[in-house]
Amino acid sequence: MIEFRSVSKQFPDGTRAVDDFSITIPSRKTTVFVGSSGCGKTTLLRMINRMVDPSSGSIEIDGENISAVEPVHLRRGIGYVMQNSGLLPHRKVIDNVATVPLLNGVPRKQAHADALDLLDRVGLDRSLANRYPSQLSGGQQQRVGVARGLAVNPNILLMDEPFGAVDPIVRSDLQQETIRLQRDLDKTVVFVTHDIDEAFLLGDQVVILQKGAKIAQQGTPEEILANPVNDFVASFIGADRGKRRLTVDANIAASGDDLLLVDAGGYAAGVISAPGGRLAVGNPSPKSRSISNKTDQAGDA
Amino acid sequence: MNIFFEGLAWVFDPAHYGGVDGIDTRILEHLRISLISLLIAAVIAVPLGYFIGHTGRGRTLAVAVSGGVRALPTLGLTIILALTLGIGLEAPIIAFVVLAIPSILAGAYAGFEAVDRRTIDAARAVGMTEWQIAGKVEIPLGLPLLMGGLRSASLQVIATATLADYVGGGGLGHFIFLGLQTNDYPQMLAGSIIVVALALLSEAIFSVLERLVVPAGVKSRAPTTVRTKSSRSRAVVG
Ligand SMILES: Nc1ncnc2c1ncn2[C@@H]1O[C@H](COP(=O)(O)OP(=O)(O)OP(=O)(O)O)[C@@H](O)[C@H]1O
Ligand SMILES: [Mg+2]
Repeated sequence: MIEFRSVSKQFPDGTRAVDDFSITIPSRKTTVFVGSSGCGKTTLLRMINRMVDPSSGSIEIDGENISAVEPVHLRRGIGYVMQNSGLLPHRKVIDNVATVPLLNGVPRKQAHADALDLLDRVGLDRSLANRYPSQLSGGQQQRVGVARGLAVNPNILLMDEPFGAVDPIVRSDLQQETIRLQRDLDKTVVFVTHDIDEAFLLGDQVVILQKGAKIAQQGTPEEILANPVNDFVASFIGADRGKRRLTVDANIAASGDDLLLVDAGGYAAGVISAPGGRLAVGNPSPKSRSISNKTDQAGDA
Repeated sequence: MNIFFEGLAWVFDPAHYGGVDGIDTRILEHLRISLISLLIAAVIAVPLGYFIGHTGRGRTLAVAVSGGVRALPTLGLTIILALTLGIGLEAPIIAFVVLAIPSILAGAYAGFEAVDRRTIDAARAVGMTEWQIAGKVEIPLGLPLLMGGLRSASLQVIATATLADYVGGGGLGHFIFLGLQTNDYPQMLAGSIIVVALALLSEAIFSVLERLVVPAGVKSRAPTTVRTKSSRSRAVVG
């Protein structure tokens, strides 16, 4: 469990990036910070591994105030995945993945064997192990970044817009992979994005932020979708523009039992199955929701 | 043109080899002076440049001091030092160290500064100590630019080391100063030709070294190669 207690951050130049922020991030769940550019998401995330120290307030991990933990020690126990993968350009994939275990003194052979297993885990072919980052696609680099984040088997995994720079198909792939990984590994994931669809897809808890890391609304995707607390949230999740208000378009028949759904603007938004002309009303498990689309691409760019 | 061939002939005349005043002896002296100066300069400038590059502190001061030092005429400095320290190797070597430091310093910190900030940030975020960031990330990625700095320092020192003999320090300057005194132009020219040859040799060696130290993984990526080049000229100037 990670707890922010009245945390503020003012940078030396006077920018108040985080203003009196408090939250409890539950263990073994995915919490997503979502908000527009500059609202303080990255700053929040980097306070968890002490890349940024708060100006006031305190942060606790499992009841321990992290200001008392030596930063290097703290960081080695927390996985961190960033937007640009942040791989070391002069090291092979396998050495990048094994970076932290090697720093921690794990024997090279062991570290490399573990790194190969991690490549499997994140869906990368082992043949890529001896390539350099510059010889990989953006999507592959992100996967290596995730593998490196997992290398010390951390309880906490911080992900800062990890899929922001890859194309939609690869992104959707990586999102599915993340959901699968989280199901297998049960980490406390703190995920930052400005993409509300991604937030709803991945988050057990979604925190919508405004400038200064002010919490606009916090809850499960279902709670937020069903009950946006104010206009800002409604606008942010697209409810006001009718993007989330879907109706069945009776004029166009989709294939088989499917019916076409359109949003309030009349744009096609998806399909819903209606066997025998009756809409399927079910009880979907939370992890099967697919807000954006039903991309199911194998492979990688 | 005639005098040039006479100079060349002087260089290749077997009678001018062997003994204390032989071309071979003087070349070795010249190289020794240059190498010692470069080594001392590197021992001072590389750690200092790394410190500046890693912390970002002291850069303005370094640039200002480097600029000032570059403006010092090496001959003047050599003579003044020789007046205090006496005739011999110390004075010229100190002057050449002063000459070499700015380029090496600039190469060292430019090498660190050229490393992508996000790479360093990532290294820190996964738990590298500052020493590990310097040793495992900044030094290997900054080596090509450091080599560039050493390359121009070496060129400057080899060319200027002719001044050593003015205060009794030996080296190829011997032929130039002796030739000047005795109106022996072929000998003067011979000295210059050999200095130029050594300078070209140094350029050739360092251009190979510069390429060799580009880390694998960076080599294969065209944009970085371009960036390395543009920063290199900055290192030489700045
Ligand atoms: N080191 C810094 N010094 C000064 N100001 C900073 C620093 N880092 C961030 N800021 C400022 O703090 C605010 C929040 O920045 P932050 O990077 O946390 O935003 P973000 O929500 O992650 O944005 P984005 O979605 O664009 O990544 C911004 O106004 C930013 O300019
Ligand atoms: Mg950010």
